[in-house]
Amino acid sequence: MNVLAILIPVSLLLGGAGLVAFVWTLKSNQYDDPEGEAARVLLDG
Amino acid sequence: MTAACPACVAAPAAIEVALPKAAVQLSVPSVRCAACIGAIESHLAQVPGIQSARVNLSQKRVAVDTDLPPAEIAKSLEQIGYEAFPLNAAALGSRGDSSGQDLLMRMGVAGFAMMNVMLLSVAVWSGASGATRDLFHLISAGIALPAVLFSAQPFFQNAWRALKVGRLNMDVPISLAILLASGMSLYESLHGGHHAYFDAALSLTFFLLIGRYLEQRTRSAAHSAAKELSALEEHTAQRMKNGISEVVPIADLREGDTILVTTGARVPADGRLLTATAHTDRSFLTGESDPIAHDVGATLNAGEINLGAPFELCVDASGTNTRLHQITQLIETAENARNRYTSLADRAARIYAPGVHLLAALTFAGWVIASGDIRHALNVSIAVLIITCPCALGLAVPAVSTAAISRLYRLGFLVKSGTALERLAEVDSIVFDKTGTLTKPGFDLDLTRFTREELSVTKALSQASSHPLSKALSNFLGDITPAELTDLEEIKGAGVRAKFRGRPVALGRASWLSQSGSGLILKIGEASRSLPYSESLTEGAIEAVDGTHALGLPSVVLSGDTPLKTRSVADRLGIEDWHAQVSPEEKSMLISESSGQGHLSCMVGDGLNDTVALASAHASVAPGTALDAARSASDVVLLRGSLEKLPQLFRTARMAVRLSKQNFAIAALYNAIAIPIAVAGYATPLMAALAMSFSSITVIFNAARVGVQK
Repeated sequence: MNVLAILIPVSLLLGGAGLVAFVWTLKSNQYDDPEGEAARVLLDG
Repeated sequence: MTAACPACVAAPAAIEVALPKAAVQLSVPSVRCAACIGAIESHLAQVPGIQSARVNLSQKRVAVDTDLPPAEIAKSLEQIGYEAFPLNAAALGSRGDSSGQDLLMRMGVAGFAMMNVMLLSVAVWSGASGATRDLFHLISAGIALPAVLFSAQPFFQNAWRALKVGRLNMDVPISLAILLASGMSLYESLHGGHHAYFDAALSLTFFLLIGRYLEQRTRSAAHSAAKELSALEEHTAQRMKNGISEVVPIADLREGDTILVTTGARVPADGRLLTATAHTDRSFLTGESDPIAHDVGATLNAGEINLGAPFELCVDASGTNTRLHQITQLIETAENARNRYTSLADRAARIYAPGVHLLAALTFAGWVIASGDIRHALNVSIAVLIITCPCALGLAVPAVSTAAISRLYRLGFLVKSGTALERLAEVDSIVFDKTGTLTKPGFDLDLTRFTREELSVTKALSQASSHPLSKALSNFLGDITPAELTDLEEIKGAGVRAKFRGRPVALGRASWLSQSGSGLILKIGEASRSLPYSESLTEGAIEAVDGTHALGLPSVVLSGDTPLKTRSVADRLGIEDWHAQVSPEEKSMLISESSGQGHLSCMVGDGLNDTVALASAHASVAPGTALDAARSASDVVLLRGSLEKLPQLFRTARMAVRLSKQNFAIAALYNAIAIPIAVAGYATPLMAALAMSFSSITVIFNAARVGVQK
């Protein structure tokens, strides 16, 4: 069971990292124009 | 500059440059794909005076950072084939949709916390015991409590607002379940209990926030599109001062001011005509489709459209004193009546909220009496609250209406009101306005009955004048080669005359050419032909009437126009029930009368004379070409395309209501199975999690069926 002492913090950290990433996408207005962002991938330069 | 590479787009710094704060916004409806974005952004980047431009594909708008006037940017976009309309920044309001972002943030926090707690819970469900279980419960508590306190705030606030005024709404049982579940679970974890409902509290919050977010997004999409429509309308007038015209807001006009009304513009205030003659389209008020000629001194109403040369007007009444405004006030009164409509979800909540509280209270009382163990009784009643909590109920309607509204949006319908779908589904007859909705003014002549010479002379004469009737005739004749005329002369307000191969020819009013009849008269030498001005059916009108009839919705025509014209239109469309020469107030009265007899009608109209009726009808639809007032008074605006799609609107609305009811039934079924188990005390956190997830997912999948119907 000692492995839990490592795995639980790891899982919490990973979850936290996901949350931070989500908050960042939200703060940088990435949900404003989903259609446009999808189309922009096709543009070059 | 253009931020076209995905990497730049993703970098926050690039976004700040690309979305300038004080930008000129233009609506560009024809933007569809990546190529359009590239074309517009790179074209605008080359225009001197433009710092940056960025296309928003979802909203079909371009934000331009520039000092140039919006009209110039629109012109520059037209050069590369994109029709653009400058948007009034003030009417659009500040950009930003903070409440949507706020909900999304809470949803994200609840989602991530839920996933982590669920992982820990799986360990507990699969048999962790003793100290391990207690540790897992405590870690869960550490994640869940702050997450719940942050994420569930919208529910707490709504519930508190309802309780303060002594009412119960859907959010009261939700808040109670979330708070009690978290509190009880914390107590249990601290005292080594077996069951903790942290995952249930979080997934409840998460699923319900999805419902809230969907609702909010639909509302704000409709709201921003509606704002965009009104931002298109100009609210200014040209006031003449010492021979110079200046642009002023309509609100600043005073009695006695002289205003200039340019060709094609709307008359901004009631007033007397100062110029010798004028031609206006008064159809918004009377429904009469012919342009009306006015002589000097005639009274004109705000809202009429100038079809002829520019004229000057002495203001008699402006702003709140105009006939236009009086009608607007009638609309507001009528709209208030409609806002009292109770939606399906509200009706469900009214039965549901007291029921759940009663059930939980009875369970608690029952267990206290039966076992005397208050802690156990509390545990069981909390399980009941969680199991019955309206996860599916909170999602049932928002999920369906979001799917239906986005489907309708793709078809070209903008649904402005949340309850519109339910009201559209209840409607049992359709009332059409005639002018502008079913018909459009124009010439409808049988060209085979004219000689080639007559046609080419008519084309040449009609081309020569800028009179609206003449222009309409010229358009109708299309690419017929005009004859060569000499001595062309236009008599203002009467017609055009010229010489064709030595013979006098003329095109003009019947009275001017000493003939009888309406419309225009063509004279070649001594021979004369009448060119009756009639109206043609709008595209899709027949399909709309037939299609809705097939759905069991009979049509009625209400028109301010003459009985003769109304009847001919009704006959052509196969409508038996028609009323002519109806005033705006009478239109609304006729609709209220029929609703008094238990008929719920849907009004379809575009003019100001329809707005009161649009607002008082059970549901209403306005074409996108309609007057601003008519669009804002109606529930649904047909943004693109023709009336032809009208039957699809009703079909989708009915489908949406049917699916909402099905969703309620599914939720009720889950509850019917789970409640007895919970009341009997056999519910476990695992069971609660399964019931909650399954019912929510079934409801969402069922809702998605709106989008795939044929």
